[in-house]
Amino acid sequence: MTTDTTVAEAGSAPRARLSPRKRKKISLAIQYAVFAAVVVMLAVIADWPAIQHAFFNLDEARKAFPDILAVGLKNTIIYTLSGYVLGFFLGLIVALMRLSDVLPYRAIALVYIEVFRGLPAIVVFMILGFGVPIAFQDYEMPYDPYGTVALALGLVSAAYLAETFRAGIQAVPKGQTEAARSLGMSQGRAMFTVIVPQAIRIVIPPLTNELILLFKDSSLVFVIGFTLSGYELFKFGESLSTRTGNSTPLIVAGLLYLCLTVPLGYLVRRLEAKQKRGRV
Amino acid sequence: MTHAVQVTGLYKSFGDLEVLKGIDVTVEQGQVVCVIGPSGSGKSTLLRCVNLLEEPTAGQVFVSGIELTHIDVDIDAARRKLGMVFQQFNLFGHMSVLDNVTIAQRRVLKRSKSKATEIGMRNLEKVGVAEKATQYPAQLSGGQQQRVAMARALSMDPDVMLFDEPTSALDPELVGDVLTVMRQLADEGMTMLVVTHEMQFAREVADVVLFMDEGKVVEQGPPAQVIGNPRHERTKSFLHRVLNPTHVEETAPSP
Repeated sequence: MTTDTTVAEAGSAPRARLSPRKRKKISLAIQYAVFAAVVVMLAVIADWPAIQHAFFNLDEARKAFPDILAVGLKNTIIYTLSGYVLGFFLGLIVALMRLSDVLPYRAIALVYIEVFRGLPAIVVFMILGFGVPIAFQDYEMPYDPYGTVALALGLVSAAYLAETFRAGIQAVPKGQTEAARSLGMSQGRAMFTVIVPQAIRIVIPPLTNELILLFKDSSLVFVIGFTLSGYELFKFGESLSTRTGNSTPLIVAGLLYLCLTVPLGYLVRRLEAKQKRGRV
Repeated sequence: MTHAVQVTGLYKSFGDLEVLKGIDVTVEQGQVVCVIGPSGSGKSTLLRCVNLLEEPTAGQVFVSGIELTHIDVDIDAARRKLGMVFQQFNLFGHMSVLDNVTIAQRRVLKRSKSKATEIGMRNLEKVGVAEKATQYPAQLSGGQQQRVAMARALSMDPDVMLFDEPTSALDPELVGDVLTVMRQLADEGMTMLVVTHEMQFAREVADVVLFMDEGKVVEQGPPAQVIGNPRHERTKSFLHRVLNPTHVEETAPSP
């Protein structure tokens, strides 16, 4: 029926030669053709044996194991989790300061967030790695290099986490505070028994996202400079690549990052879907 | 004998908007006082000023002889004497029903877990939702949630209960359950200050009815007088509209 009318209209109005449905079909066919042409062209002009030798060299990959797991992966996980735990609590404190009635607290929190969110993470790491040991020469960071790394990653992630917590706290209905206060709870008591637990539940998906970002940011701590035992995934793969002149260890390191981040990404999607269901 | 609640010369402004314009209210021990009036008349603001959820712009609030508006008052301690029930229930969504009624007992009154549970369960039984103790607020109907909210407030052994339109957010068939519990509380001698649109409840349960309009108390007295035989024109027209909602006034101006 529709086709008939369109055809009839096409006959009476010569400029509209194709129906929208046909135009869409042709447009899609062109897009697919261009995409296929690009893939074929790349496949033809690329030097596959060279690629395989440089990036997917099984002999080189085998050499990376087991140390890339025992040192690289282990350190990446330790650095990220310790930085995340520190960033979690620091971020919560900064968020509460950001929402405080006390002006100096609000100001400090705002400056903190703007500075650490605005600076590239690598700059913070370099300042902590080189500046702090000079500034506090008589003191030693405990558990180095883990202490410095946890502090560096914690300081950076706290700025992002603070904004996430603030959004969560503000998403808890005001009536919850009023109910808690009307039962005789102080402002602080109401915050910690009623508001914050509900706020954290609300922001669990973005909190998990922050963890994924931190796994990737942890690759930047190499600028602090460690010995071999302190290498995380990226630095481990990179140094092995430099030594052997083959990029396969970097690909291995990259795949191991994906082994950490892809399941977490899946978890975020599950949690978001669950929250969406919960709200309906 | 001290008054249960005494409010004198209460003013409250939100920015330029003056919501309360000099309110004097007294609630005696064991009295049920119902506040009625059109929306926007300041009823809820008055109630929220009584436990200082809103800070009065001027005036004094006394509860059991303690001045809540005094600059050095321990407001958290003073609020323990006042239970509050909200229109939107405001149960703590991340806690079970039992935790809702015990958390403040344990954290504020420092009662032991067993003692808090015993008192909480007793109050849940009283309001008829004891079998829901292990469930979460989202699993309950509005009427059940509101009764849990009452049990939560009662578990703090308040001297006075404040009700802020407790049935306004409920489906009509659930209103009765909540009103029945409130009536039972009144019969037991609980001092109550109730903001409500339930005229039947006010007429039958209240000792004193207060009619508020535009931030002032227009008329107050026993329900038979204020609801049954109002003297002021504004009270009459309000009651007329509330009690005969389908009736079209002859004098209504045509748009």
